[in-house]
Amino acid sequence: MRRVMMMAAAAVTLPAMAMAASTGSVPVDGMPQLAFGHPEQGPLLIGQIVWQLIIFGALVYIMAHVALPRVGAVIENRHNRINADLEAAQAAKTEADAAMAAHRAATEQARASARAAVATALQAAQTDSDAKSAALNARLNAQVAEAEASIDASRTAAMGALRGVAVDTTEALLTKLIGRADRAAVDAAVTRELTARGRA
Amino acid sequence: MAVEGKTIDALSQFELSPMFGVVGKAVSFSQSNGFMLLAVALSAGLMLVSARRGALVPDRLQALGEAAYEFIAGMVRDQVGDEGKKYFPFVFSVFMFVLFGNLLGLLPYAFTFTSHIAVTLALAVVVFLTVTAVALMRHGWHFFSYFFPEGAPVWLAPIIIPVEIISYFSRVVSLSVRLFANMVAGHVMLKVFATFVVLLGGLGAVGPFVAAMPLAVNVALVGFEFLVAFLQAYVFAILTSIYLHDAVHLH
Repeated sequence: MRRVMMMAAAAVTLPAMAMAASTGSVPVDGMPQLAFGHPEQGPLLIGQIVWQLIIFGALVYIMAHVALPRVGAVIENRHNRINADLEAAQAAKTEADAAMAAHRAATEQARASARAAVATALQAAQTDSDAKSAALNARLNAQVAEAEASIDASRTAAMGALRGVAVDTTEALLTKLIGRADRAAVDAAVTRELTARGRA
Repeated sequence: MAVEGKTIDALSQFELSPMFGVVGKAVSFSQSNGFMLLAVALSAGLMLVSARRGALVPDRLQALGEAAYEFIAGMVRDQVGDEGKKYFPFVFSVFMFVLFGNLLGLLPYAFTFTSHIAVTLALAVVVFLTVTAVALMRHGWHFFSYFFPEGAPVWLAPIIIPVEIISYFSRVVSLSVRLFANMVAGHVMLKVFATFVVLLGGLGAVGPFVAAMPLAVNVALVGFEFLVAFLQAYVFAILTSIYLHDAVHLH
């Protein structure tokens, strides 16, 4: 759009400008770019192309063999440096990850062994206390049984003595009451009475 | 210079004049060639300074050179592929030559060598010959199959082949005329509006106020011309890359 406008403006103003005076001794008709027949401009136009080819060739040579390889080397160097740094960072990260994993595994293992030790100790204590309490129970049971046996013996002995006491008491009572006592009859009577009460 | 009486002279800016006195006149070395040398010195200097700094973290100048390098290197890689690597210096030189020619021409009193059809045509012919030589070297006689696409009906050959040949040769014309016309149109516009500023500025008391209008237009035009300078260098370089792609891959 803008180009079209510029072209239009140029087309309108060109005829007026074409009549303008030139700097050289011979006026240039029309566009100086096309004045190949002009005595001064013509040779300069041809020379311009020849020099341009020489200058442009020099530019291509300088760029291709001197300037661009150097800039390319700088960029390549930076690229390699960045890549190397990235790789180093990656390696460090891998290493750190491995260390972290090892640390975690070690912690886990320590925790597990601690748990096992606690469980073993608990088990041992439990067994020990079970054994101790069983032994204690057994001893207590034995003492209880022993005491019960001695109580039984004492009671039997007491029961045995009771008959003698009863005979003696009865004999003494009879003696006080009637002045005499037949020991054999008393003994028989006490035995009969005890047998009647189921205590013989 | 611009104002000769009441006429507008926008074309004398394109006239050539010899440099370096008698010697320059004898070898027809014009100011146009002088600016070419300047463009080569500046573009090569930029790349050499950029490479000499060579810092891991570039400063502005180094970054500018490397940005230009990577811009064109990326363009060649995208358009031509990995085979295009060896043509990169050529495309880069074309780009820098046109870009610095366009940009130097925007400086006051400078000469714009890209506004000469002879220059742009010579550059387009160099590109055309290089591309054709690359195609012939890579594909030999097979290159001529480019002018008859595979799979086209044979009876269409009398039409297709001339059309393809004409379109192949018209690359030179389109490359050269596009750049030439853009630069001439821009510089003529700048000169015309600059002349309006001077002519209107002389109109007594209101002159300076009226002259501000073409001056504003010229300010905007300079901005446009910077855009055009980059755009035309880009177009020249990318078309060169596309032609190289055709030469390397044949369609």
